[in-house]
Amino acid sequence: MLLVLDSSIGTSVAVVDLERGVIAERGEADTMRHAEVVGALIRDVLAEAGVTVDELSGVVAGMGPGPFTGLRIGIAAARVFALGAGKPLVPMVSHDAIAADWYEAGGTGELLVVTDARRRERYYSTYSDADTRVQGPALAKPDDLPEAANRVDATSVSAGALGMVAERRYAAGLPFPADEPLYLRSPDVTLSAGPKRVTA
Amino acid sequence: MNTDNPLVLGIETSCDETGIGIVRGRELLSNTIASSMDEHARYGGVVPEVAARAHLEAIVPAIHEAVAEAGISLHDLDAIAVTSGPGLSGALMVGIGAAKALAVSLDKPLYAVNHLVGHVGADILDPAGDAFEYPTVALLVSGGHTSLLLVRDLVSNVELLGETIDDAAGEAFDKVARVLGLPYPGGPQIDRVAASGDPKAIRFPRGLTLPKDLEKHRYDFSFSGLKTAVARWVEKKRDDGDEVPVADVAASFREAVADVLLTKAIAACHDYDVPRLLLGGGVVANARVRELAAERAQAAGVQLRIPPLSLCTDNGAMIAELGAQLIMNGHAPSTLDFPADSSLPVTEIQVR
Ligand SMILES: [Zn+2]
Repeated sequence: MLLVLDSSIGTSVAVVDLERGVIAERGEADTMRHAEVVGALIRDVLAEAGVTVDELSGVVAGMGPGPFTGLRIGIAAARVFALGAGKPLVPMVSHDAIAADWYEAGGTGELLVVTDARRRERYYSTYSDADTRVQGPALAKPDDLPEAANRVDATSVSAGALGMVAERRYAAGLPFPADEPLYLRSPDVTLSAGPKRVTA
Repeated sequence: MNTDNPLVLGIETSCDETGIGIVRGRELLSNTIASSMDEHARYGGVVPEVAARAHLEAIVPAIHEAVAEAGISLHDLDAIAVTSGPGLSGALMVGIGAAKALAVSLDKPLYAVNHLVGHVGADILDPAGDAFEYPTVALLVSGGHTSLLLVRDLVSNVELLGETIDDAAGEAFDKVARVLGLPYPGGPQIDRVAASGDPKAIRFPRGLTLPKDLEKHRYDFSFSGLKTAVARWVEKKRDDGDEVPVADVAASFREAVADVLLTKAIAACHDYDVPRLLLGGGVVANARVRELAAERAQAAGVQLRIPPLSLCTDNGAMIAELGAQLIMNGHAPSTLDFPADSSLPVTEIQVR
């Protein structure tokens, strides 16, 4: 049984299990309220699932890609929850949840997953099936996105779907990504060229 | 929950220090700090995105380290405390997300507290003696804030007397250091070169000290004009082909800052008839600020307290202690719903 947190777009929290599926899932679509809602969402989803912290076998963190400020909150919460619970952290690529949803709904073949990266750019990943990411996650201008037979432009990520991909990967002995946030951009800073003159 | 001597873990991420503190009642068990200061050096100031990324990387190792140093288990904790403002919002949010998750995972109450009031609470942990009685005037000066507070009671009555209307004093040190070609952070650099300079060599302006300014801004500070005055003075020297007397400029600038800080702080003690002054914030590392504070306080018959530097710079222990004080005074925990508030007023000691 896994607790799953993803804040790569909105905030989504779920409890999932390989056999029982998605046991409980709650979310907040607002992309500016991650820090406010994350605590109550975890508390409520555990209560709704009727699961204690001890019963969990791990904590899944959606590592992005996603806008930094929000993304970090879910990762910080997942890492520290795992620490407090004494359970392993399971990093996952958030796009995998979007692909899993699409294949689950009957989609077949090649898929391009696209999410908003702000500043007129997109995050994308490509898949050949629900468990196989071929390319990405990566960052591109809208016109430079790769071609694919199918495309999903997602505006939400489901923690439940992400957790189920994690459960299947674990059961199949597939590897997990590194425990690193997928910012895909350097911090936006410019080196100063020395002090500016104050007199003309 | 143990309300007499609570074991509290505090999380502080309002600027560039990831602070994890653990206290038991009034006793300091760990003050663990991971700083991203070096990463900001090349930019000449704190870059919020760089600071927030560093918090995310540092927070779990810092909690591990603090727990090990305190010799406790996370399950022993009575409560968690976290800074919910003021500060850099993206940085605050990392600590808030972490604190909420920790509280839920351990099923412990959570206290969302005010960073500035935390600086005052640090005094309680000073091993050098009994903490101040209240009321006290508190002068909190760092790269992020310059505030003068009247603390009648740490957990229920804190009043903002004044604050900077432009740059924080620490920022002014960084900017003047750059003008003089000194590296970041500017405070220690200015302090170092000023040691051999003459503080009376150049009379730089004291912001908001003229009678007309004092009417409206008796306890407020302004360092923007001073910074510009220094830059203008240095430029003129260079334009004239003269050598810049770096030590004298640094000493005179530092004197102007220290003078205006202490003049206003002592005036507040006098006006409110409060014979106690507490200093906090990273700028107390400045030798001249400490020295002048001692001189002026003594002359005014005001008792002065300066906690050790590790408790003056931003840290988690002060946040844990403010949480402990709230618990010992019977305050209920915060809900899990509070936001980061980058401009949280000092009167909001705890956010529910
Ligand atoms: Zn501070």
